[in-house]
Amino acid sequence: MAPLTLSPQIDLQDLQLDDARALLKHDAKEIQQEAEESPTGYLQRVIDGLCEISLKDPLTGLGNRRHLRSILERSIETVARSGESVLLLLLDIDHFKSINDTYGHQAGDQVLQAIANCLADCVRPMDTVVRYGGEEFAVILPHCPPLFGRAVAERIRQTVASLSIPVSPLINVQATISIGGAYAPEWVRSTADLWIERADQQLYRAKSSGRNQVCLDQPRELSVSAEEKGLLFAHIATEEATMIRNLSGDAPLDLQGNATKRVNA
Amino acid sequence: MNDVMSPTAGHPSTAKLPLKPLGKVIAVTSGKGGVGKTFVSANLAAALAKRGHKVLVLDADLGLANLDVVLNLYPKTTLHDVFTGKAKLEDAILPAPGGFSVLLAGSGMVEYSRLTPEVRDEFLRIISSLVPHYDVVLLDTGAGISDVVLFAVSLASEVLMVATPEPTSLTDAYATIKVLVGQQQRQIVRVVVNQASRPGSGLTITNQLQQVLDRFVVTEPDRPIRLIHMGDIPVDPEVRQAIMRRQLLMQTTPGCPAGVAISQLARKLEESVIPKPA
Ligand SMILES: Nc1ncnc2c1ncn2[C@@H]1O[C@H](COP(=O)(O)OP(=O)(O)OP(=O)(O)O)[C@@H](O)[C@H]1O
Ligand SMILES: [Mg+2]
Repeated sequence: MAPLTLSPQIDLQDLQLDDARALLKHDAKEIQQEAEESPTGYLQRVIDGLCEISLKDPLTGLGNRRHLRSILERSIETVARSGESVLLLLLDIDHFKSINDTYGHQAGDQVLQAIANCLADCVRPMDTVVRYGGEEFAVILPHCPPLFGRAVAERIRQTVASLSIPVSPLINVQATISIGGAYAPEWVRSTADLWIERADQQLYRAKSSGRNQVCLDQPRELSVSAEEKGLLFAHIATEEATMIRNLSGDAPLDLQGNATKRVNA
Repeated sequence: MNDVMSPTAGHPSTAKLPLKPLGKVIAVTSGKGGVGKTFVSANLAAALAKRGHKVLVLDADLGLANLDVVLNLYPKTTLHDVFTGKAKLEDAILPAPGGFSVLLAGSGMVEYSRLTPEVRDEFLRIISSLVPHYDVVLLDTGAGISDVVLFAVSLASEVLMVATPEPTSLTDAYATIKVLVGQQQRQIVRVVVNQASRPGSGLTITNQLQQVLDRFVVTEPDRPIRLIHMGDIPVDPEVRQAIMRRQLLMQTTPGCPAGVAISQLARKLEESVIPKPA
């Protein structure tokens, strides 16, 4: 990025901040210059506030698509070098159009908000939930081993299905979601687009096989059984035993674990 | 879930492999990342070059290419430009400090880390047109069993599996070998144990891997898997030093323990795979 060349003196009168202030106020974040605050400090707070709302979805208060992208890009870097397991879930409300058509758009918005809150409650603080578009959400789960991922996705699906969402004094609606998920490719740097595309394929699978279900793109598992591992690491066990024996100068153990008698030649 | 061992259950893109792996192409690969593939590829190339071979190293790690960093080369023209049709193959090949040639991936290659038919064809075309011009082509591949890695390995006549004694590295190396046997009907995999803790420990590890393979991996009776231990490379502070200085170990301190081990590896490859230069 090119270095900014602002003059050290900022004259707030010269800046058109009204639109920015209005935007922030609208988002319940009224930012006033404090009595002793420098123009730079104030401007910084305005910018921070704008950055924050630029990553948020106004209807649900969740992160938006832009936020998703930056999190995905950051995760790809980490996963590529560490092999950590990160899962991306795409969630889509089933038959959302018919909710809108039957109960009106306001009801639709209420359903979106209720599901958004529910999703946010279903995950850990380190996870991220965003509204990806219309009736589609995304969840990013760092540190998420394969078995755990399926369990979380299943739990989210069931919790949403069990919601009874009031859309008018007399009417509660129930909605289900379909979930598709894909893990970040381990040890490979990829792109956010490719990752989303893989999760999207799974979402399509979930939709086309009847909705209200979870489909995950399994990481190509390097399946090695416990038995195989046992034999694979046999040499380490032996080596360690030898090392400990040598260090402690103890007599080697016999098969029953009793110290064998040392015989002086 | 796909059963990786069943030849029919493989990924569709591995179903149509090139008819026959190309001679003189050696894939340097590993199960786990960061075990020293790039370090071994670059320095082995230098060692082979010193012995009179004409060597090319191709950065086949499309996802996490870092050969450029190890060689301290940042060319304008890379494999990426060849893939996108912006440059001719011969313009992307450049001389590396150790007396060999390199073809670097370039950062844009990430887009090609998904193995589409076009990527396969282009890859195959590039490697086939390189082979006639060199005594040895080393492929510095990515780790693990991604489509691109498996495809790159399938093009090679020899596989050099780099593993460290760490349990995670061993498990992944073992799993990768299983896939190579199951999908590509590999019979011989050559093993280099890098960062060996003491002399001789590498051979124990290769033997151990062989035992587990014999016991758990079912192959046709006349096609057993054979691991060939190609040597140990000890942990050596000079390796890090060289990388930090962005120089090749084989140029700065070829006499250090890791350097000597690499020279031995070159000699051993010459005995078994690469014909002595005329
Ligand atoms: N024999 C050794 N002794 C000491 N350090 C080593 C040795 N071999 C490798 N290393 C260290 O391991 C690091 C990783 O090596 P390298 O980049 O070659 O691994 P890689 O397998 O190519 O990784 P990637 O999977 O990321 O491509 C090196 O930077 C070096 O510091
Ligand atoms: Mg590498």
